[in-house]
Amino acid sequence: MTIHIDKDMISRRGVLAGLGGLTFGLALGADGARLFSVAEAAIGAKAINAWVRIAPNGTVAIYSAGAEMGQGSMTSLPMIVAEEMDADWSKVVVEMAPADRAIYGYTFNNERNMAIVGSRAVMLYFNDLRVAGAQVRKVMIANAAEKWGVDAATLRTEPGAVVNPATGERLGYGEIAAFGKVPSPLPTVAPSELKARKDWRLIGKGVARRDTPLKVNGQAIYGIDVRLPGMVYATSLHAPVHTGKPLSWNDDEIKKMPGVIDTVRLPNGVSIVAQSFPQAMAARAALKVSWEHGPAANFDSEAALAAYVKIHDDPNAQITNLEKKGDTDAAFRAAARTFKAEFRSDYGYHAQMEPLNAVVRIAADGRSAEVWEGSQAPDATRDQVARALGLAADKVTVHQCYMGGGFGRRSLGDYAAECATITKAVNRPVKLVWTREEDIAHGMFRPQSFQCLEAAQDASGKVTGWRHCVVGDGGVLLHTGIRIPYYGVPNQSIERRGVSHGIRLKHWRAVGHVFNVFAIESFVDEMAVAANMDPIAFRIERMAATPKARRCFETVARMCDWNAPRPPDRALGFSITERSGSLGAGVVEISLNRERGKIKVHRVWVAVDGGIVVTPGPAKANIESGILYGLSSVLHERVTLKDGSVQQSNFHDYELMRMSDVPEEMHVEFVDVDTRPTGLGEIGNPFIAGAISNAFYRLTGKRLRHLPFTPERVLATLKA
Amino acid sequence: MVSFSLNDKRVSVDADPSTPLLWVIRDQIGLTGTKYGCGAGLCGACTVHLNGRAVRSCQTPVADAAGATVVTIEGLSPDSSHPLQKAWVALEVPQCGYCQSGQIMKAAELLATNKRPTRAQIVEHMDGNICRCGTYHKIIAAIEMASREG
Repeated sequence: MTIHIDKDMISRRGVLAGLGGLTFGLALGADGARLFSVAEAAIGAKAINAWVRIAPNGTVAIYSAGAEMGQGSMTSLPMIVAEEMDADWSKVVVEMAPADRAIYGYTFNNERNMAIVGSRAVMLYFNDLRVAGAQVRKVMIANAAEKWGVDAATLRTEPGAVVNPATGERLGYGEIAAFGKVPSPLPTVAPSELKARKDWRLIGKGVARRDTPLKVNGQAIYGIDVRLPGMVYATSLHAPVHTGKPLSWNDDEIKKMPGVIDTVRLPNGVSIVAQSFPQAMAARAALKVSWEHGPAANFDSEAALAAYVKIHDDPNAQITNLEKKGDTDAAFRAAARTFKAEFRSDYGYHAQMEPLNAVVRIAADGRSAEVWEGSQAPDATRDQVARALGLAADKVTVHQCYMGGGFGRRSLGDYAAECATITKAVNRPVKLVWTREEDIAHGMFRPQSFQCLEAAQDASGKVTGWRHCVVGDGGVLLHTGIRIPYYGVPNQSIERRGVSHGIRLKHWRAVGHVFNVFAIESFVDEMAVAANMDPIAFRIERMAATPKARRCFETVARMCDWNAPRPPDRALGFSITERSGSLGAGVVEISLNRERGKIKVHRVWVAVDGGIVVTPGPAKANIESGILYGLSSVLHERVTLKDGSVQQSNFHDYELMRMSDVPEEMHVEFVDVDTRPTGLGEIGNPFIAGAISNAFYRLTGKRLRHLPFTPERVLATLKA
Repeated sequence: MVSFSLNDKRVSVDADPSTPLLWVIRDQIGLTGTKYGCGAGLCGACTVHLNGRAVRSCQTPVADAAGATVVTIEGLSPDSSHPLQKAWVALEVPQCGYCQSGQIMKAAELLATNKRPTRAQIVEHMDGNICRCGTYHKIIAAIEMASREG
């Protein structure tokens, strides 16, 4: 067998350390991130890590905390630093930041984290990275001013250089790095000292993604591509019931199979270690395990969903209040008219293209370890691997890799920890790869849900009262997107009623928004129909949509020519969309094959207020990606469980959208605003279900109430 | 031993004849641009050329490659200069990028036999290759660009 280490792997994180020149550290305080000098670090107790380093040859190395799963933040985050420091982008080298949340993390909900989730990377890092870049620029100017003996206020910068307009002299950042000093403490930066938007050279412009060239020639290294000397291959078979554990298996038989090195008992499964991955897979297929199934042994997802209705109706159910505004009961008592509707949704699987995997190597003395993984949360991976090996977290080095899709699945470090356990057991470097079948069977799903919505209207038709109850398993996963801050309904009561099945659940591209926004926007559409009003006008007049929402509504209405007649076999559907501070409005145009129950989406329009857009091209691509991810889940994707086990096993029975299914056109437009960037990676997804169901109603007079809209359900709805 | 031509080089590997070509290419030879997605011929991430035809390397026993010519994404061009690779970069097609080797190899098969495919022909040819990030529109546009400019 040929084994080698990829050169990229060895040289990773070598660039910053080896450049020489000026180093800027970064620390995080209660007031956010700030750069500081090495000298300052030496007298303080804080550890210093390089964040920005300028070499005498003009190279600028910037760490990126933007774990790259296709969304582009690996490029956009260092670009924000480069913008404010006025770096020459062609001289910027980007490296992935070490997995140290104290240094490279952000603060969100009072927690320090590096997890790139919820489409919030740019949103959470934007302000801090601008200030950091501005500090570097100030230091460059100060050094040039001292050298030239002039007032720093008379100097300005061009990309990669300080210039003196009075004399025409210029000093490149690399030249300054050769003689300059980083003062201690670093200069502070007032908000007014940040570059004006009109002066931006990178933000909002067409800067190319750094990962593209490596992704067209096979050179991008994903976790699954890492190869180490002496590395062996592992694959696992987990308990088919998520609460299960292995009792015994045909160990002697398995160990006699070609290439098999060992079997490893996991708390929830069995792992095979072999000389090659095909040998490991063959042994996995031959495993005969006696399982203890645990409490989820008889779980049936359809029966459970049916039982959610009873939980909703149970006065003793465990209730979590999510929103209480005004006096909802009084609004209903005084109502001239009330509405009530129910919606359901099934489990969803991430189906990221790269099956879950990790590579772990433990040092010969057992005191430290390395892990290679494409991770949305390298800090979580570090903690999990350290725990599995009984090491302190700072003894674990995480080598961040590209991710073949994340979508919320890759933020736990669970399979990296599993790989660490196996590595420790066999005492040599291990690459663990889950088969696609394992990835689904042992998946962590978007929870299924039952929802009941009620609304009260006063005599003028205004919506004055709002009740929304979501029932299911998954805690917070159930209620993202359930609040309606974009509508001015005065009396609201929003709640979750929980249950626990023992089925593995996880964040999933906008997770609760998928079914909550579907329910909310279908329900609002029903009221608009009952009022015989245009759905957009209804939202503005009767739901008191906010000015921000109205701008999105008006923009998308213009984009799709909302009032223009459509062919008789086509219809439009409208829905609001919302996620991580961003707001938008989407419209779909559909037709229907009534014999086959197949919905075809022809055109999609979405207007998004996402604040300032840092990288417009990738941002638009990301929204289009969200649209198709949403469409795929709404039209095709469904996980079901019987006897506690997942019934789907690969892409033949968990069908993803293919090229022939995509809409002919997708149009994305950003509402031009001057506010802080907000999330864009998941704003393309939440409106799809509601918009399709509302278009379906316009076409058929029937309403789809259960996600996904499979052909069987469409046909049943048409017959009902 | 199984011998074949891989990206214009003669290679010999010691592998069970039934071993899928995918794992021989990735793990024994060390070219990791060809990806494992489903292991069942359902997604196209593992697409390579075998005697000029796009095949699913996860479903192709290495024995089928004996004496044949195999080309992977690493061998499509020495310097990313294939018209499809240039178009892929120009239009920034990849997002996560994991499926893109397979997409490009599948598209290269099409352009090798049909220099000016229609959009319908492109969709029909590419329909077996899944992209979970949903870059389908850009893939179509890039194939059309490569077809025009190649």
